[in-house]
Amino acid sequence: MASFKKIARRSFLIGSAAIVGGVAFGAYYVSRPAPNPLKPADGEAAFNPFVMISHEKITLIAPRAEMGQGVHTTWAALIAEELDVTLDQVEVIHGPAATAYYNSALLGEVIPSKGYDKSRFIHSLGEALGHAGKLMDMQVTGGSSSMKDGYERMRAAGASARETLKLAAANRLGIASSQLSTKEGKVIAPGNIEIAYTDLAAEAAGLEPVEAQLRHRSEWKLLGKAQPRVDMPGKATGTAKFGIDMRLPGMKFAALKANPHLGGSINGFDASEALQMPGVEQVVDLGNAFAVVANNTWLAIQAAEAVAADWGPAPIPDTQAEIQDAIRAAFDAEPNSTLRDDGDVSALPQGAQEVSAEYEVPFLAHATMEPLNATALYDGSKLQLWSGNQGPLLTRNHCADALGIDPEQVQVNTSLMGGGFGRRGEMDFSVYAAKLARQMPGTPVQLTWSREEDMTHDFYRPGAMARMRGAVKDGSAVLLDGQIASQALTPQLMSRWFGMTPAGPDTTLVDGAFNQPYGIPNYRIRGHAADLQVPIGAWRSVGASFNGFFMESFMDEMAHAAGADPLEFRLALTRQEWAPAAKVLEAVKEMSGWTGKTPDGVGRGVAMTYSFGTPVAQVIEVTEEGGLIRLRKAWIAADLGVALDPQNLEAQMFGGMAYGLSAAMFGEITFAEGAAEQGNFPDYDAIRMHTMPEVEVRILEEQSHISGAGEPGTPPAAPALANALFDLTGKRARRLPLMHDFDLLI
Amino acid sequence: MPTDLRINGKTHQVNLPDDVPLLWVLRDEVGLTGTKFGCGVAACGACTVHIDGEAVRSCQVALSDVWGEVTTIEGLGTPDAMAAIQQAWVEHQVAQCGYCQSGQIMQAASLLAENPAPSDAEIDEAMQGNLCRCGTYPRIRAAIHSAAQKMQEA
Repeated sequence: MASFKKIARRSFLIGSAAIVGGVAFGAYYVSRPAPNPLKPADGEAAFNPFVMISHEKITLIAPRAEMGQGVHTTWAALIAEELDVTLDQVEVIHGPAATAYYNSALLGEVIPSKGYDKSRFIHSLGEALGHAGKLMDMQVTGGSSSMKDGYERMRAAGASARETLKLAAANRLGIASSQLSTKEGKVIAPGNIEIAYTDLAAEAAGLEPVEAQLRHRSEWKLLGKAQPRVDMPGKATGTAKFGIDMRLPGMKFAALKANPHLGGSINGFDASEALQMPGVEQVVDLGNAFAVVANNTWLAIQAAEAVAADWGPAPIPDTQAEIQDAIRAAFDAEPNSTLRDDGDVSALPQGAQEVSAEYEVPFLAHATMEPLNATALYDGSKLQLWSGNQGPLLTRNHCADALGIDPEQVQVNTSLMGGGFGRRGEMDFSVYAAKLARQMPGTPVQLTWSREEDMTHDFYRPGAMARMRGAVKDGSAVLLDGQIASQALTPQLMSRWFGMTPAGPDTTLVDGAFNQPYGIPNYRIRGHAADLQVPIGAWRSVGASFNGFFMESFMDEMAHAAGADPLEFRLALTRQEWAPAAKVLEAVKEMSGWTGKTPDGVGRGVAMTYSFGTPVAQVIEVTEEGGLIRLRKAWIAADLGVALDPQNLEAQMFGGMAYGLSAAMFGEITFAEGAAEQGNFPDYDAIRMHTMPEVEVRILEEQSHISGAGEPGTPPAAPALANALFDLTGKRARRLPLMHDFDLLI
Repeated sequence: MPTDLRINGKTHQVNLPDDVPLLWVLRDEVGLTGTKFGCGVAACGACTVHIDGEAVRSCQVALSDVWGEVTTIEGLGTPDAMAAIQQAWVEHQVAQCGYCQSGQIMQAASLLAENPAPSDAEIDEAMQGNLCRCGTYPRIRAAIHSAAQKMQEA
């Protein structure tokens, strides 16, 4: 991994020099094409890494994690739009782990600019830096980046394949390509001659790929319209295969048990009782964990509980109070970043009224519906791995490292995922399976985590605190000075992924706070990194998941102090700063019939957060019935720039909101002696059918760039609900989860 | 001693201890992986199957306690011959990650068998044990209403 370290260090030092270094580096190496990983058989043509056509069928490769966001369908639609095929004519697969499938957009996000105000220069810089992802094996699904990444590249891949097929047909017919057209998987020649693409595969395979111009949006047939998802029939009939559904001849079923004291070692274990239990075949030491191998997963889980282990202590404080103290202590240390410092926040503007508030949010688990698992087979030299993961190349590299073999000896098969939310961007569950398989050469083994193991060994959304100070005058905000304290995610994540720790400010710590499109003349945001070793990770919307709550709760408090309507207050501050943010607020105002007044027993709250390039506004209405508070309705408006599939975007928006509401109402992980105290859904509940509000979604296309969809629905959910609760009860929600302070319907 | 189980119209002989939950018999022994493991404590509904038409959490039914004919999602319909409720799921594009949907559909199918035209409150009551971390509830509700209507017209 030496080369990763070197490259990562150069790209992740986030000062301006490092960005220039990254770009220069990118320009030199990145222009070389990555080898096409597809290995076409005789008579098959792999036009590029994304389109393969054989005599029988057309296969499109969507090398991104399908974890529910519909990426396989929309990614395939980008290719299909230019290739002139319909989605029911093609097979869509994830494909192998390969450099050619690097994410060209994700790294561009590390530039610490506000984003919405990107100049053309910063935008190109982001694109150039994104291509450095190729050098770092960043075949990663995350950061709501798939559509930014694929929008032009995949249409180009489809167009090139189409023109190459036309050339093959032109050669066969002895006429010019310009006389040919294409439709629904066929080349059409004058005189009603139709040749199926599959019939041209063998001839096209011998041709150099042809480049082609992209069609104008007005010519689109698939994009911009709802497409039936390619994975829907399988998911409605139980035939869709998730990682946990992998079955191989002779496969054994294993259960994992790792030290509950997170980061602690294992000093030894006694498996004698477990080995006597039915179905159990062996107990395997995996270093800092062990696995029980049996003929049935449940029998393995039961036996794992019967192993007596001597666990070492965790390198984190013993009590939850001490952990919170450590986060609070970060406020007193030098800031890790000051990524926004507009005007002068040191003095209160004359005649302004000061407002201040402190907020706190807990650690959170991802709690994907499919517990973590992976299946592996080691034959003595090569490893085959089946895992639902968000980073196939990193998974390959980490498994190879763990086994001491070359990455080329590892084949990663990426399955559908029963939720990811960032958790499946980690490599631990794949590496444990690889280590187990190494000790059982020739026998395939599936290693499953119980729900308790999954929830107590997460890389948690960090707990965070905010100290907000502001000032209002003449009905508007004139000052906002925010301090955010939390563990910094980027150093931990980079250390796990690449074995290095970048210097410099951590953008994720203040994302959703420093970059909000509010034209407040004196506006400063400082991030304070807490010195704690709690394992933390990327959790749907990352920093914006807590900063959205801090910022938008405080905006509401300022509006209230200013005697302004909270929606009008935000509208006035966004209109001049960035129009798309004002447009989403205007949309929810109209959709909800917002008047600023609510009858007794009804409360309404609004919030708007800009994250992953997308402004999202939400209005939530709550009612009180029989002493219990119920979420009745939610209105959501989001501006994606280009809405590639409105029906799927609608699902991402209300789904993102539901994930945020689950956390806001019920989500909390606490630690005792370094072990998580919540282990299963009874202690870590989520929104359910009877607690979910009705929803109405509107997708706008006002801004100039295509933007992310998977995460931006989450951040405004908690503050919109908290602000609605204030409207209903007069009580401010300054800590989460809300179930502690409000009588919510459960 | 082997146990005989009737699953989706076929008899299976199972050689596992009596206390192994039906969920793990289906998944790891019979090879029917459409029924999902979510929590193991009847808190999420991902493992819902029917026994004699009644929706049950298969993670809580021991092999020796299975009292009747088991129907899993695979027995409800297939991609080529979907049940009305499955068609409604496709029509409304319900699933996101899809992991909980086998359980959601089995729960909804049993609701519709008992109550051919459920109200929103009745859907809330019947479906609240089935967790979906993607938040697909609005479309589940719409699909149940739409399947109810289609089944009544049929």
